[in-house]
Amino acid sequence: MTEFFLFVLFTLTGLILVYLYRVIQGPTVFDRVLGLNGISTKSIILMIVLGMVYEREDMFVDISTGYALLNLVGAIAVAKFLEQRGLG
Amino acid sequence: MAVLAIGLILLGLFFLVVAAIGMVRLPDVFTRSHALALTDSLGAFCLLTGLALYQGFGVNMVKILLVLALLFLLNPVIAHAAIRAAFRAGVKPLAEEDK
Repeated sequence: MTEFFLFVLFTLTGLILVYLYRVIQGPTVFDRVLGLNGISTKSIILMIVLGMVYEREDMFVDISTGYALLNLVGAIAVAKFLEQRGLG
Repeated sequence: MAVLAIGLILLGLFFLVVAAIGMVRLPDVFTRSHALALTDSLGAFCLLTGLALYQGFGVNMVKILLVLALLFLLNPVIAHAAIRAAFRAGVKPLAEEDK
């Protein structure tokens, strides 16, 4: 079963690289915000799967909860700031 | 139970791959938000439900379902906030005559 979770882990890492392409390439700054949101979603899932691999789910799930809350606060703050500043 | 969990995890992985393809291939920021808000949320839903089923009943299952509820609530909210900021900041949506 560990091999299966490692497969999921590597696939998620590849997906993070795909999103990283959008973050670097993105024509507007809002593309970068969306790409970063995708990366943080993947990293939350990645953290739980990593806990499955290490068989320490109880610890890793708590960390991923913190990541989810930080993701919300950061993304909303960046979106509000860019909304007031306009395109730049 | 384990077979169902593995099937759900693979289904969620499929949706996440589709969302990543949409993130690269779609033409502008408003269409890309569909790939992120809709497909990505569904993929995370399937994958985390599979992981929670694999855990079996217990504290860890409740914690994973809590993370799932947070993701399912916050992902569309963040995409909506970013897209509303893009529209108010003056990004033009792709029109018919731009093709």
